[in-house]
Amino acid sequence: MPMAAEEIETMIRAAIPDAEIEITDLAGDGDHYAARVVSETFRGLPRVRQHQRVYAALEGRMGGVLHALQLTTACPQ
Amino acid sequence: MTDDATSRIDSTVKGNDVVLFMKGTPLFPQCGFSSRAVAILEHLGVAYESVDVLQDQGVRQGIKEYSDWPTIPQLYVKGEFVGGSDIMMEMYESGELGQLLKDQGVATAQ
Repeated sequence: MPMAAEEIETMIRAAIPDAEIEITDLAGDGDHYAARVVSETFRGLPRVRQHQRVYAALEGRMGGVLHALQLTTACPQ
Repeated sequence: MTDDATSRIDSTVKGNDVVLFMKGTPLFPQCGFSSRAVAILEHLGVAYESVDVLQDQGVRQGIKEYSDWPTIPQLYVKGEFVGGSDIMMEMYESGELGQLLKDQGVATAQ
């Protein structure tokens, strides 16, 4: 069962409330997404840790029901 | 995760300068993300060891716990986890990946 874009956004926002989240359904099939997550809380963290925080927000769905999520993280400019 | 898989992962990661855990082989990647990771390493002209996780269920699960990272591919340089294909692409495009390899004393073609 694939995930809806809104569900992904809701889960990320619940864990990272200040996040600016942009989700793109890459293939239009509800299974291949790109997400860009911008949060002040990422500042000073290496990229691996930033991505791990987003994966943690998705509570194990990444790599499971959510197969493909191209992830970009950044701090606000 | 079996201790056996963990120790095999650990010895591969620590015994090679550059290791890519991927689905399939560099010649026949079985997933778009793994294919992208291979292309980046080939562009950099770096020698690397690859591990096909589809050949070993223990390693396939174990590597996710080893790095606390839910997806494959995964790149390791000098024993350190660098990231998955998105981070590899970002670091490649910004020149950071080439710089990291250079800083770590790994030979590249660039």
